[in-house]
Amino acid sequence: MVTSVTSFGRSGLSDWLLQRVSGVILLAYFLFILAAVAGGVDYASWRALFDQVWVKVFSLMALLSLAAHAWIGLWSVLTDYLTERLMGTTGNVLRISLQLLISLALFIYVVWGVQILWGY
Amino acid sequence: MKDNRPVNLDIGSMRLPITAWASITHRITGVILFVAMGFLIWGLDMSLRSADSFAFLAEVLTSPLAKLVFLGIAAALIYHSLAGVKHLVMDFGIGESMEGGTLAARLVIVATIVLTVLMGVWIW
Ligand code: HEM
Repeated sequence: MVTSVTSFGRSGLSDWLLQRVSGVILLAYFLFILAAVAGGVDYASWRALFDQVWVKVFSLMALLSLAAHAWIGLWSVLTDYLTERLMGTTGNVLRISLQLLISLALFIYVVWGVQILWGY
Repeated sequence: MKDNRPVNLDIGSMRLPITAWASITHRITGVILFVAMGFLIWGLDMSLRSADSFAFLAEVLTSPLAKLVFLGIAAALIYHSLAGVKHLVMDFGIGESMEGGTLAARLVIVATIVLTVLMGVWIW
C-alpha cells in the first residue's frame, strides 16, 4: 500500500472518514452558534455562555476539527493541481511550501482559539 | 504500469454538467472558508475580550462592507455545508445515479440561494 507523507492520517480511508466526522462536528458547532445569537446577545450573556466548560470544550472540538478538516481538504486540492506531472519539480516545491504555510496557519488558529477560550 | 496510456482529458474542451459545477463550487467554498475562519476567530476574540471590544465589534458589523463580507462567508458556509451533507447522504449509497446526482446538485444550489437571502434579510 502506498502511504503519503503529507496527508493527515497517512491513509486515504482514514482521511476520508475524518473529513466527514470533522465536517459534522463543524456543522453542529455553527448551528449551535447560530441558535445562540439568533435571539440577540449582549456582552454579559455572551460571556456567560462561553464561561461554561462544555461550551469551551465544544469550541475546542470545533477548532481541532477545523484543523483536521482543512488540512485534509486542502491536501486534496493541492495534490490535484500542484503536481509533478503538471509542472515538474516546481509542482512539488510549491505544494510542499503551501502545505507548510497552511499547517502553520491552522496551528495559529488552534492556539489563538485556545487563548480566547481560556485566556480571558 | 504501462507508460503510454493517456494521462488526462482536456477538461477545457468539455461542457461541465451541473454535478461538476456543484463539485467545483464545494471545493472553492472550502478554500474560501479556510481563509474566512481567520476573520471568524478574530470576531470571537473581539466578542469575548472585553465589553469595549464587544461594542467595537458590534459597531464594525453595522457597516455595509462588513455585512457584505459576513454574508459572503455565510453563503460559502451554507453552500459548503449543504454540499457536505449531500456527500454524506451519497456515501450511504443514496442517490448515486445520474438523475439522483443532478437532482441533489439542484437542491443544494436552490437551498443555498434561499438560505443566503434569508440570512441577508436577517442581518440587514
Ligand atoms: C468551516 C470550515 C470548513 C472548511 C475550511 C472546509 C474546507 C474544506 C475543503 C478545502 C475541502 C476539500 C474540497 C475538495 O477536495 O474539493 C472540504 C471537503 C469537505 N467538506 Fe469541508 N470545510 C469546512 C466546513 C465543512 C462543514 C460544516 C461540512 C458539513 C458537513 C463540511 C463537509 C465536507 C465534506 C463532506 C468534504 C469532502 C468532500 C469530498 O470527499 O470530496 N465541511 N472542506
